[in-house]
Amino acid sequence: MSDDEKLPLDSWHRAQGGRMVSFAGYSMPIQYEGIMAEHLWTRESAGLFDVSHMGQLQLIGDDAAEALEAIVPGDISALKPGRVRYTLLLAEDGGILDDLMVTNTGKHLYLVVNGATKHDDIAYMRRHLPDSIGLNHLEGDALLALQGPKAAEALARIGIKPFKDGWPVPTELFFMQAGPFLWNDVPLGISRSGYTGEDGFEISVPADKAEALAQALVDQPEVKPIGLGARDSLRLEAGLPLYGHDIDDRTTPIEADLGFALSKRRREAADFPAASKILSQREHGAERKRVGLIIEGRQPVREGAAVVDDDGKEVGKVTSGGFSPSLGQPIAMAYVPAAQSELGSTITIEQRGKPFTGTVAAMPFVPHNYHRQPKL
Amino acid sequence: MARYFTEDHEWIDIEGDHATIGITDYAQEQLGDIVFVEVPESGTVLEKGADAAVVESVKAASDVYAPVSGEILEGNDALADEPALVNTSPEEDGWFFRMSLSDADELEGLMDAKEYKAFVDSL
Repeated sequence: MSDDEKLPLDSWHRAQGGRMVSFAGYSMPIQYEGIMAEHLWTRESAGLFDVSHMGQLQLIGDDAAEALEAIVPGDISALKPGRVRYTLLLAEDGGILDDLMVTNTGKHLYLVVNGATKHDDIAYMRRHLPDSIGLNHLEGDALLALQGPKAAEALARIGIKPFKDGWPVPTELFFMQAGPFLWNDVPLGISRSGYTGEDGFEISVPADKAEALAQALVDQPEVKPIGLGARDSLRLEAGLPLYGHDIDDRTTPIEADLGFALSKRRREAADFPAASKILSQREHGAERKRVGLIIEGRQPVREGAAVVDDDGKEVGKVTSGGFSPSLGQPIAMAYVPAAQSELGSTITIEQRGKPFTGTVAAMPFVPHNYHRQPKL
Repeated sequence: MARYFTEDHEWIDIEGDHATIGITDYAQEQLGDIVFVEVPESGTVLEKGADAAVVESVKAASDVYAPVSGEILEGNDALADEPALVNTSPEEDGWFFRMSLSDADELEGLMDAKEYKAFVDSL
């Protein structure tokens, strides 16, 4: 028997025809009707993803934002209530321990971290945050993601109400905004964000109400349940790194091409872990860089394939690779030497003794379709 | 014509000393959407169990082995343009390659349709 933990929606996934696999210590649906169909459905309509394996945390205390800044390079103090920011949990040497979303709820910070790293993250935060900061792991809450151009249309139909009279409804949120809502008196935390490159929402819901909410969503004609397989191909097309694959504790934010996560105030103060090393890389460039690759032909290159120089010597690695359902061709992310990281550079990859040719391409591979707040 | 099956979910049609090889409906179902197939070149001589073809789904790459020893007579060129034939017609149009059969004794130990069904049901 498998030792995998069951998520709150386990039996619901099986009833929906989900094929369950082991992932990050949990039994999770890899696909329902097929990765290709689910992928394309999400791009043109809306998909419902169960991401309850991810860690939902609260940091509580008046100085929580300042305290968190000791271990992330983002300007968390400047994050207004109702706003969400992507940031990185950094080790002392500048390696990336995790990537995460931070929301200022107005009362505390709400964090969503990766499932496979959540226990290490909690231990690391407890070590590095003062005792005055409370850290709660919201293990009683499930997390659903509704993603796709018709996500808002579908979400608007299931009767989610403002948390208080006069407060907004979910579809009034813009990209990277969040708030509390009520659904049949059930409290929901909803952010307009996701991991597919599409417009969409992430919905935190008490575990015992998750099944009813998931069912209410897939009862909408726009919405189908989507598995981990399409989640991975969607995020790859969107150019979004996957922790433990494209980024890890041996990559720095600059090598990972995540320099946007270094907020201006924090760069000027140079007060995050390994700031001098990371800022020097930002100034002078790192020796290697994460890039997107379009692969010639139809055969995908996969994670672990070697990037080689003219002499066949390994100079980099593919960290994610697959077939892009939207583009109809293989794409990949890889670390390549700085000199070869320019757009249009030709990269040679070796996989199972066979050479492949890749061209460095701009990411996202498929344009993002976020519901951004109009600039005034 | 006799059809045999392997525990690697390949089917083998035998006609005289020639074999046609593909993957089963169960195998394509497990692999999911096939996006690429590489078939062996004619004239390649393969021992039983050697890597013969590569099949790639959206998610992962898998090897297809030579279920018997012999020489490759032809690969299915249609799969280069339409790899999804393996999904839509795994046990007919989506065949992978034909080969000569150098040792008919190797067919012993392969499963017939009934045995293969029982094998799949046991998984």
